[in-house]
Amino acid sequence: MYKIEAKDVNLYYGDFHALKGISMSMKPNTVTALIGPSGCGKSTFLRTLNRMNDLIESVKITGLVTVDGEDIYRKNINIDELRKHVGMVFQKPNPFPKSIFENVAYGLRVNGENNRSFIEDKVKESLVQAALWEEVKDKLKKSAFELSGGQQQRLCIARALAISPSVLLMDEPASALDPISTAKIEELIYELKTNYTIVIVTHNMQQAGRVSDHTAFFYMGDLIEYGETKKVFTNPDHTQTQNYITGRFG
Amino acid sequence: MTHLDNELHMLKTEMGNMLHTVLFQLDKAKEACINGNNDLAREVVAREKRVNAYELKIDRDCENIIALFNPVAIDLRLVLSTLKINTNLERIGDFAEGLAKISLVQSNGFDKELAELVSLTEIFDDAIEMLSDAKVAFEKENSQLAASILSKDDLLDNVNRKANSLIEEYIKKNPDKIAQALDMISIVRKIERIGDHCSNIAEEIIFYIEAKVLKHQDKK
Repeated sequence: MYKIEAKDVNLYYGDFHALKGISMSMKPNTVTALIGPSGCGKSTFLRTLNRMNDLIESVKITGLVTVDGEDIYRKNINIDELRKHVGMVFQKPNPFPKSIFENVAYGLRVNGENNRSFIEDKVKESLVQAALWEEVKDKLKKSAFELSGGQQQRLCIARALAISPSVLLMDEPASALDPISTAKIEELIYELKTNYTIVIVTHNMQQAGRVSDHTAFFYMGDLIEYGETKKVFTNPDHTQTQNYITGRFG
Repeated sequence: MTHLDNELHMLKTEMGNMLHTVLFQLDKAKEACINGNNDLAREVVAREKRVNAYELKIDRDCENIIALFNPVAIDLRLVLSTLKINTNLERIGDFAEGLAKISLVQSNGFDKELAELVSLTEIFDDAIEMLSDAKVAFEKENSQLAASILSKDDLLDNVNRKANSLIEEYIKKNPDKIAQALDMISIVRKIERIGDHCSNIAEEIIFYIEAKVLKHQDKK
């Protein structure tokens, strides 16, 4: 049983054909890396998985995308519920202008939770899962902006985890961070996959190698190759894939 | 433990298991040769497939670690030395199988005088001790123990050097035992080669731990 399935997905920005017949399936509790040169469609594809592309004008999409077997583009879907279930972390850390505690609690409150004890437990649990609790437990009331870039990004991950998603989409989550913070985020991803299905866009091929179980190589809107990361990085099927991962182009 | 630490730990464990298996093979091959135990010899021959399977798996694991994690410094040295130890161990496994096959041919065992002439028990024990020390040195990251292995090759080299002339004299006195004598030359050669491979393994362990390259240097 697959957690996420895409079947013959085509996406257009107006007349521009950005995704061309993408079909791939992701198993639960795995990390899938989407790699490819700039403009190849990997972030576009990532956004199709929680309908963030709906927010862009003139987008048209065909094909099937399912999460837990359900078509997420069906007419009567609750998009807010979808985006709770399929959370997203962006390239630039974007904490709310609130305290560390409130950043994580906000999602719970907006979804109608007002049991204080539950909220406190959930905030702690999320910060622990995001490997941030020990660093912030004594300053939960401080502004989130007082944290370093790496800490802010982990706070954003905790914020996403607080509303109990089962899938995490990460769009270049470490590209704005220093090497130490990047290493912490990568270790976090490795730990999180025990409980979540993760899809990550990255420009850093070595990162894809380190964190992912499967890798999908996109080029000019096409899915060129999709397979086990070990195979893609030791003996890819396609010459284009080999040329990209060896740095010969892109 | 980071993800890479986990992978390296599993690689070391796998290599430890292969060292254990090859040591076992060599020990049983010794028993088969000295005591003429044919069942044991057949077991060694059958178990050689496991040694080969280990070699393939460890090769693949090293390849994956290099491709996926780009290890550097001591981590890189561990992977590179494991790759080379892997090859040396597989050869020792082949020699153990070869020794077992010879003992099957000489199913009634070897003449005691012939065995004593080449110090058969002593050279077997030396080879086994070298490999056993290599296993401990690798697992405990003990470069001093690894260094001590390099000088233990001397007996094996000496016996091998003298074997031809000693066995030639034996054949002149015992022409009816020429087949045994020729097989004994082969046994001595194989044990001497095992010693060489153990020395190679020791050099790789020292490279891994201390980043020193001892290849092509005097053993001292």
